[in-house]
Amino acid sequence: MIAPGTAQGIRTRTEREAVSAGLSVNVWRRVSQLVYDGVGIAVAVVMLFPIYWMVITAFKPGRDILTLQPKWFPAPFTLDNFKDAIARPFFLDDVRNSVIVVAVMLALALVVAFLAAVGTARFGFRGRTAFLVMIIGVQMVPLNALIIPLYMLLDSAGQIDALPGVIAIYLAVVLPFMIWTLRGFVANIPVELEESAMIDGCTRVGAFFRITFPLVGPGLVATAIFGFIQAWNEYIIAYVLLSSPNNQTLTVWLASFTTNHGPEWGPLMAAATLTGLPVVAFFLLLQRYLAGGLTAGAVKG
Amino acid sequence: MGLAITAPDQGPALYSRLRRRLFPYALITPSVAVIGGILAFPLGMLIWISLQHYGLRELINHQGEWVGLGNYQKILVDPLFHAVIVRSLAFTFTCVSLTVALSTLIALLLLKVRRAVRVLVMSALVFVWATPVVVTVDIWQWMFDYEFGIINYLLTQLHLGNFIHHNWFDNPVQGFAVIVAIVVWYSIPFVTITLFAALLQMPSDVEDAARVDGAGSWRRFWYITAPILKPIFLIVICLSTIWNFGIFNQIYILLNQRPSSDYFTIAIYSYRESFGVTQYGLGAAIAVVMVIVLVIVTLFYVRETVKVAEIS
Repeated sequence: MIAPGTAQGIRTRTEREAVSAGLSVNVWRRVSQLVYDGVGIAVAVVMLFPIYWMVITAFKPGRDILTLQPKWFPAPFTLDNFKDAIARPFFLDDVRNSVIVVAVMLALALVVAFLAAVGTARFGFRGRTAFLVMIIGVQMVPLNALIIPLYMLLDSAGQIDALPGVIAIYLAVVLPFMIWTLRGFVANIPVELEESAMIDGCTRVGAFFRITFPLVGPGLVATAIFGFIQAWNEYIIAYVLLSSPNNQTLTVWLASFTTNHGPEWGPLMAAATLTGLPVVAFFLLLQRYLAGGLTAGAVKG
Repeated sequence: MGLAITAPDQGPALYSRLRRRLFPYALITPSVAVIGGILAFPLGMLIWISLQHYGLRELINHQGEWVGLGNYQKILVDPLFHAVIVRSLAFTFTCVSLTVALSTLIALLLLKVRRAVRVLVMSALVFVWATPVVVTVDIWQWMFDYEFGIINYLLTQLHLGNFIHHNWFDNPVQGFAVIVAIVVWYSIPFVTITLFAALLQMPSDVEDAARVDGAGSWRRFWYITAPILKPIFLIVICLSTIWNFGIFNQIYILLNQRPSSDYFTIAIYSYRESFGVTQYGLGAAIAVVMVIVLVIVTLFYVRETVKVAEIS
C-alpha cells in the first residue's frame, strides 16, 4: 500500500493524469486540425469562386445565364460564347498586339536587366549605391501619376497610338524589379566557379557564358514571369496611348466590350477567360523552373 | 632604369585599366537610359506642367503658359478636390487594413493546415494573383449585376434582405463597399504569400521558449511573431498604400468608363481633368499632390525601417 504524499504515490497520480490529459489533448488536436483545414478550404473556395463563376458562365448557353435561379454547373454545355467573342471586331488584331508588346518588351527587358544585374552584382564602382537606390525609389512612383507627361512625351515623338511607345513604358516599369531580382541570382553564384573555369582555359567571357549564364536561368524565368504578367495585364497606359481599336491591346478590348455592346455576359465571360488564360498557362508551364530556382539558391551554401 | 622598363607598358595598361573601370558603367547604361528617360524625366516634366496653364491649344503648340502655383491654388479651394482627397484616404485606409488583417490570418492559418489544404489555398491565391485586373473587374461586375447577379440571389436566399433588382451602384457607399471587396480580394494573394514566406523563415526557438513559459497563442503572436515580422509588414503596408491610393482601373472599368463624381478618387480625378476636359496643367497638379502624399507615406516607411534596422 502506498500512502498518498510519498514519492511513489505522487508519481502514479501524475502519470494517470498525464495519460488522460494526453488523450484529451489528442482529441482536441484532431478537432482543431479539422477546423483549420475546414477554414482553409473555405478560404480557397471564396478566393476561387469568382474565377469559377466566370468560366462556367462562359460555357453556358444564353438562356441559362439570364435566369433568376442561377445554375451552378454548365449543364447544357456550349462553346457559342467563345465563338462569339472571337468573332467580335478587332479581337484577333488586339491579341496580336498584346503578343507583340509582351514578347518585344520581355526580350529587351531580359537583356537590359541582365546586363545591369551583372554590373551591380559582379563589379564595385562609384555610383553603384546611387543606382540601386534609384532602382528601389522609382518603384514607389505610381504610374497613374505619370500618364500626362508620358502622353506628351510620346506625342512630341509622334508615338501616340503606336506600339513602340507602350513597349518602352512597360520596359521601364518592369526593369527595376527585374534588375533587383536578377542581381540577387547573379550574386548567389560564387565567382570561384568562373575563376576555376578560367584556370581550366576558359576566357573570361567564355567562363561567364558557360558557367554563370546557365545558373542564372531560373532567375531569368522568374523575372520573365513577372514581366509577362505585368505587361499582359496592364490597362491604363494602353487605354490612354492606343486610341484606334486595331492598335489596342487585349485588356483595352476587353474593357470596351460592355460599353460598346451592352452587357452580354456570356461572350464577355468567354472573352475574359481567353484573356486570363495565357497568364495562367505561362505560369503553370514555367512553374517548375521557378521551384528549381529556389532550390538552386539553397544548394550553393 | 625601372622607369624605362615600365614606360612602354604604361599606354596599353592604362588603356585596359580604363576599359575595365568603364565596363560596369557600360553594363548599367541601358537601364539608366530607360528608367531615367521614361520614369525619372517624366516625373520632372509632371511638376513643370503642373506650373502651367496647359489646355488643348497648348498641347498642339507644345508650349504651355506659365501660371506659377495657380493650378494648386485652384484645386486647394475646390470642394470637389477636398472630397476626393478625403475619399481616397478613407478608401486606402479601409482597403489596406482589411487586406493586411485578412492576409495575416490566412498566412497564420496556412501554418496550421495539412499539406494538401495548403497546396489548395496557395494554388487559389496564385490563380487570383495572375488574373488580369480587367478580367477580375468584369467578373465582379457580372456577379453584382442588379438583375441576374449571383450575389443578389445569394443574399436574398440567405434571408439577409430583399436584394432582387438591387443596384449596388446607386448609392456610393454601397458601391464603394463592392469596390473595396474587389480590391481586397485581388490584393490578398500577394500580401498573404509574402507574409507566409516570412513566417516560414522565422526562427521557431523563440516562439518555443515563449510557449514553454506559458504564453498563449495571441500573446505569442503579438509579442514575438509581429515584432519579428515588422519589416515585412511595413513593406506590405507601404506597397498596398501606394497601389490603393492611386486606384484607377477597378473603379473606372466597373463603372463602364463613366464614373460619376461621387466615385472620383484622386487618380480618376486627375485623369478626368487632363484627358476628359483637357486641363492638363490642373490634372498634373492633382497628380503631383498624389505623389507628395505617397512620398510622405514612403518616407515614414523608410524611417521606420531604419529604426528597425538600428534595433536589431
